Order: sequence, then structure tokens, then C-alpha cells
Amino acid sequence: MPDNPHPLLKAENIVKEYHIDGTVIKALDNVTIEIYKGEFMSIVGKSGSGKSTIMHILGLLDTPTSGHIVLNGKEVSSFKDNQIAKIRNSEIGFVFQFFNLLQRATALENVMLPLMYSSVPKNQWAGKAKEMLKLVDLTDRMDNKSNELSGGQKQRVAIARALVNDPSIIFADEPTGNLDSKTGDAIFDLFHRLHEQGKTVVLVTHDDELAQRTERQVTLKDGVIV
Amino acid sequence: MKLLDISNSAIKSLNVNRARSALTILGVVIGVFSVVTLVSIGRGMQNYIQDQFNALGSNLLFVSPGKADFQDDPSKALGRNKLDEKHVELIESNASELFITVSPYVVLGDNVRYKTKSFYGTVNGISYDDEKTYNYELDKGRFFTKSEQNTSARVAIIGPSIVEELFGTKNPVGNSIKLGDDSYQVIGSFKEKGRNFDDGVIVPYTSAMNTFDVPFFSSIVAKVRNTENVDLATREIKIALLKDLKEEDFTVLSQSDILSSIQNILQILTIGIGAIAGISLLVGGIGIMNIMLVSVTERIKEIGLRKALGATQLDIAMQFLIESVFLSLGGGLIGLLLGWLGTYASRTFLRTEIPWWAVALAFGFSVLVGVIFGTYPAITAAKKDPVEALRYE
Repeated sequence: MPDNPHPLLKAENIVKEYHIDGTVIKALDNVTIEIYKGEFMSIVGKSGSGKSTIMHILGLLDTPTSGHIVLNGKEVSSFKDNQIAKIRNSEIGFVFQFFNLLQRATALENVMLPLMYSSVPKNQWAGKAKEMLKLVDLTDRMDNKSNELSGGQKQRVAIARALVNDPSIIFADEPTGNLDSKTGDAIFDLFHRLHEQGKTVVLVTHDDELAQRTERQVTLKDGVIV
Repeated sequence: MKLLDISNSAIKSLNVNRARSALTILGVVIGVFSVVTLVSIGRGMQNYIQDQFNALGSNLLFVSPGKADFQDDPSKALGRNKLDEKHVELIESNASELFITVSPYVVLGDNVRYKTKSFYGTVNGISYDDEKTYNYELDKGRFFTKSEQNTSARVAIIGPSIVEELFGTKNPVGNSIKLGDDSYQVIGSFKEKGRNFDDGVIVPYTSAMNTFDVPFFSSIVAKVRNTENVDLATREIKIALLKDLKEEDFTVLSQSDILSSIQNILQILTIGIGAIAGISLLVGGIGIMNIMLVSVTERIKEIGLRKALGATQLDIAMQFLIESVFLSLGGGLIGLLLGWLGTYASRTFLRTEIPWWAVALAFGFSVLVGVIFGTYPAITAAKKDPVEALRYE
């Protein structure tokens, strides 16, 4: 555990229930996770373990049935939709398994997307996005449409997009799951590099082996931390 | 996210499905096009009528046969026509001081023939002292005299269209033209006066009645000395004519009566046009809503992604709302352009014009249609749960 005693993000006693056809399904049962600034940790679990659900809740995309989320010492669970959106924009970066790029937009435009919802002046958008593409070694492909890129290149664009607003935390949901092992390794190395530069990275994966390569692992099984 | 950036992004996404966007806006295009074209034609008709009356002056009263209330079959009124010389005298003897002239008017269409050439014109049988009543300005020759009228002389003054068609650049005065079975000597020609007058042939009304075997006048035209006395003169004419005719045998109309009757008809027509346009805009709007809902479903992952990246509900709602407003506004603009082309094309036969309020209305309505029918899809998009949206396959 890092030296800093105050976690950057804390999910406390999180319960998440789904009501499907009158039956209550408990996806998360009293889960508490702390994420510290600058760490590279992973949330591991099999399909259906609740790892994606906790990531969505930690990433403020979803709300828990009960429990608290504290970000930078502030309780954010009760925030309004608009405030939550702003926090997502400035504090959190997402990398998805299936990249989720806009097909019709170029790599550069995709990276600029979070800036459109930020307070960053428009004349700085392109500069910042290019800087991020340079960081992921994709300067030469920035004008290519996303459907002209390979899987690895797409994921690097997605990482650049997650970094562009300089968020406090990056959540990567199975970022290598849709890539061949060589490309997957390269992407993992990129996360490692980002961590070395001081970024906080949370890897969500079913792959134990991959998780072992991070500093700390939290394992979920049937909605409970084991 | 700024409005300009949202607009840029809206244009891009509409561009992706160009054919679909084009088909979607068709309803609005047709709606706006029909409003603009029909309003401009209505305007053209009003201008046309106004021009006709302006050419005559505002102090003329027309006594027409039958009850002209613009509701009955006009041919019935003509069937009951009893207007003749006696009635002119009745009016004159009743209140002569009110009128400058009271004179018969006979009008009919006929082929005007000169040698081998022929031109379909309007034969106007008027009185010798009516040259000024109708504001005719002679170009060449002279007007006919009282004695020519009394003897039903076959003399004619022809309009510029007839001069051009039958004589070209030649001086028509002194030549002989054929009206019906009779030969008329051209004694003059008049200057351009407006489309409805320029194809006219002016002859003594006595001659017209003779040649064409017409027993009654088409109308009696009274020129009132003082415009302020038009109402009084209308009453006096009625009093005079009721001595011989029944109330349903004649109608006294002032120019403003005729104008307002025609304007009433045009107004009803405009309301009808408005209703048709309204329906087509409604259908167009439903089309836009339909496509926007499809678009929300198609782009559900994009909605999830944008929300994950920090878009607020308002950002997402505005994105879809602006797309639908652009669609509908685009339809409005194309409709307006087509309407303008239609108006321009119809200039050859009508003095059509697009009033500024029709342009404003077309714009306003297309924006309104976009907003009204875009709101529901926009709210649907904004309310999507980001997690479900991201998972959507």
C-alpha cells in the first residue's frame, strides 16, 4: 500500500442490486475498495463476479443501491447528474475492451472528444490531443479514421483519449481482451509506462496472470471481495 | 460543449447518412415549398387585380346584371340581364349632378382579323365620352365621335398587343380589321395600359351590339364626380333602377367592393393553403422524429461513450435536438429556394412576389417543427443509462 494514508478514491460498503422480473439480484455485496494516488492496481474476477459493476460505480457511471463513494475526500454519491458528468470529464479516464471510438471521426478528433465537454479553450484542443497521440506513438496516424486503424492502434487512441484531460484515475476495462497477445503486451506496457509517470491506473480483468503484473490485486467473486 | 461545436458535430453526423437525411426532410421541403409558392401566387393575383383597378381609378361604379354576390353561378346573372339604354337614362335623370358620365359597357371576346392574321382580343364597346373614364391614352389617331356612336359606325381604336400582332411596326390607322362579320376601320391606337387592356379593341357600344347582336349591356359604368360621394351615388343608382327593375336584377358594385370580394376569396384560399402546408409540415415533423429515434438507437453506444467522457444530459439532448432542427431547417431552406424558383418562373404571367413574412414564417415553422419533433428523441437520448448504453450490442 502506498505511503499516502488518504485514498484518492474510496468505495465504501457498496451494495448493488438489480431487479429483474421481480427477483432481486445482488451484483455487489458490501464491497469496500480504496484506490491510492499513483498506484497501478487491478480488480480481478471471473465473468459475473461484479468487477465491471464496481468499475462503473467507481467511475461514477453507475450509482450504488447503497454505500458511499469518496473522491479526493469528497462524498460524491449524492451529487447531481451534471456535477457527476463534470467529475467524469475531468477526474476519470476510461479505456474499454472494444475501444469505443467514433467510427466517422479521425484519431485526433476521437482524442479531442473529452475536451469538448471540458472548460479547456477550443484553441488548445488540437495541441493537447496531438501531445497525447505522441505519448502513445500514434502521431503519424492522427488523421486516419478510426476504422482505418489496427486493434492495437485503436486501443492506443482510446488511451490517448482517456489521458487528454489529465484525469486523476484511469480505468481500463479488459483493455487487452480484444487484442492478440503481442499487441496486448504492448498495451499493458503502455499502462505501465503511464504508471511510472505518476498516473493512477486501475486495470479490470478476468486474467489473473495479467493482474499479477500490477502492484496490487483486489479479487471479486459473486459480488464479494475475497 | 459550445453550440458551435454541437452544430459542427450535428452537420457531420447528418452528412454520414446523406440520402436518409435528404429523404427525411422531404415532407418539410414540400410543406415550405407549397406555402411559399402559393402565397406568392396569391400575392400575384392580388397585385394583378390591384393593377387592373389602379388603371381605372377609384371613382367608378359598375352596375352589373343579376345579383353578384360571388356565390351563385355567374351565367344565371347574365341570363337575367335586362340592362339597356332606358336604365342609363333613369340614372342620369335621377341624380345627374353626382356623375361625370353614365355610360353603357359591352364586352366580349372575339378574333380580331387583319388580312391573314388573327389575334384573340377583347372587344370593348364603350361610349364616345368614356375615353377619359377608363384613362385611355391615345398613341396614334383619334377617338370616335358622338355622331359615329349614334350611327353605329364601324370604327375601332386598337390596343398595343393587337397592333404588334397584326401590324408589327406599321401604322395601323386607316387600315381595315374584321370583328365578327363586319369590317371596322382603325381610327386610332392607344398606349400600353396593362395586360388586361392591351389586347383590347375599343368600338362604339352601339356598333358592338350591332355587330355581335347583343341586346343588353354587359354593365353600366358610372363615373362619380367626387370620390367621397361613392356611397351616396350607389344609393341613387339603386333608387333610379328600382323604378324599372327588381332588386335581384342588378348589382351596384364599387371598385373597393369588387376588390374586397376578391380578397375575401383569396383569404379563404390562403387559409386552405395554410391547412395543407400545416398537414405536410406535421407529416414532415413525424418523419423527422421517426428518423431521430432510429438515430438514437443506432448511436446508443456513442451516447454511452459521450456520457462516460463527461457529456451532461443537456449536452446529449442538445446534440440530437440540433440535428433535428438542422434537418428541418435544411428542408425549410430547400423548400424556400424551390418556392423562390417557382415564383421566379411564374413571373412571366403574374407579378408574383414572396412577402418577407412568408419567408419568416417558413423559417419559423421549420425551426419549430425541428424543435417540437426533435424534443422527444433528444430527451430519450439524454436519459439513456450510460452503462446500458455502453453495453448495447
